[in-house]
Amino acid sequence: MTPAPHFRLTDVTLGYEGHPAVHHLDGVFEAGSMTAVFGPNGSGKSTLLKGLMGTLKPLSGSIERLDLDARDIAYLPQAQEIDRSFPASVHDLVSLGLIRRTGFFSAVGKGQREEIAMALEAVGLGGFQRRPIGSLSGGQLQRSLFARVLLQNAKVILLDEPFSAIDARTVSDLLSLIHRWHAERRTIIAVLHDADLIRAHFPESLVLAREPVAWGLSEDALMPANLLKARRMNEAWDENAPWCEENAA
Amino acid sequence: MMLYDFLISPFADFAFMRRALAGATALSLSACPIGVFLMLRRMSLTGDAMAHAILPGAAIGFLISGLALLPMTLGGIVAGLCVALLSGAVSRLTIQREDASLAGFYLVSLALGVLLISLKGSNIDLMHILFGTVLALNDGALQLIAWVSTITLLTLAVIWRPLVAECMDPVFLGSVSRIGPAVHFLFLALVVLNLVGGFQALGTLLAVGLMMLPALSARLWCRRLEAMCLLAAGIGFLSGYVGLLVSYHVSVASGPAIILTAGAAYAVSLVAAPQGVIRSRFTPTRHRIA
Repeated sequence: MTPAPHFRLTDVTLGYEGHPAVHHLDGVFEAGSMTAVFGPNGSGKSTLLKGLMGTLKPLSGSIERLDLDARDIAYLPQAQEIDRSFPASVHDLVSLGLIRRTGFFSAVGKGQREEIAMALEAVGLGGFQRRPIGSLSGGQLQRSLFARVLLQNAKVILLDEPFSAIDARTVSDLLSLIHRWHAERRTIIAVLHDADLIRAHFPESLVLAREPVAWGLSEDALMPANLLKARRMNEAWDENAPWCEENAA
Repeated sequence: MMLYDFLISPFADFAFMRRALAGATALSLSACPIGVFLMLRRMSLTGDAMAHAILPGAAIGFLISGLALLPMTLGGIVAGLCVALLSGAVSRLTIQREDASLAGFYLVSLALGVLLISLKGSNIDLMHILFGTVLALNDGALQLIAWVSTITLLTLAVIWRPLVAECMDPVFLGSVSRIGPAVHFLFLALVVLNLVGGFQALGTLLAVGLMMLPALSARLWCRRLEAMCLLAAGIGFLSGYVGLLVSYHVSVASGPAIILTAGAAYAVSLVAAPQGVIRSRFTPTRHRIA
């Protein structure tokens, strides 16, 4: 099977209120690739994932989704996006992964209950169905989010900071799950903060600092010079920054 | 016999008491679960704002046709939906959050309502709209409440899962579906519908009390959403029953008596419930091994 691009980005600028968070990005994510997105806070990593999903429209340029419809993309949000005070169970949270297949309005059947049980087993949370999400530890919550991604059974998997504030054992369990997905030829794009972990596990990296800094094999992209460049990014939001003329010409 | 006289005979002997109980019960069934979702979405005060927002619509209905049920109801629904839509739109199109824009629109709406009523009615009419008359529910009003309750429960059953997803994990919901904003608006429409249903019985202001107080109490007793909604409806029903009894035996206004009963249930819950003040403050000396 020859690799085909899943996402083709052509001069993409993504942002809010006319201010770019991702500035003039070109490139492709190939089917079956496994890419880490690295960069300082505010460098546009999460924004890029929203652009890939299509929930945020580019300010300019285009993101083509080739041979993909929305159900082919599974998304793992940052854990802080989840309202853990909501009185829902692990079952309620994880079963959302089936929603593309079951729709919103039909009941979760027996076969699907078994799928949920297996997915929870696979992330080391066997028998957790009835636990309130508010009683989970950070690691357990992250495991249950991975179980939801498992149920989505998607070609493309987008992970937004899957390992922030997670202990080493959980990280290694979840990494082996990611490697399994990679072996199954799924496309993986993960926002990560740990350069050593990326070098050890992710073949490709995209280094962002609003501007794209590097995109390629991880050992090249994560060279010290690039990391330094990324670290120097000016996070300031200049209300009166001049208009970018690059794509006006 | 004493007990029968005290607890049952007011309802057995007087049709207006039976009607009041039926109205309060039907309303509890739908308004209390709605209140649970409002509370969990940190929108506990939204019901209050919406109740005020309904006023000008009801007032226009009142100006056109006096104290008639249908025009005031329709007017209330239209006014409530307008305020919900406008504040939702403003929060999406500007930097203002929904709570801020809602405050802006409901205050204007309330002033408009009071102005409209003062054009024609006397203060007694205003009191009627604001505080309701649970003991004077006619067939039309009772049917309206029954419809509101039925529509609410059916709609809630249909949108239950996307609504839960929208509350719990809105970013994920956005990644798999564009249904989120529609579900949010539909939910606000249910809030408006229940307030309009409630203001026939309790008045716009007290309708919010029956919506929120049982929900707040239930939160302290239950950990599961389904149980919370059922318990809230149960507390709502009991508040209606006990409140009506109190108002009958002590000869006080029935609407406030119902809400004060719900308030008393809240006070008891605060003290005695598993997640109330005492049990969460004074932890037991025993603990589990894991």
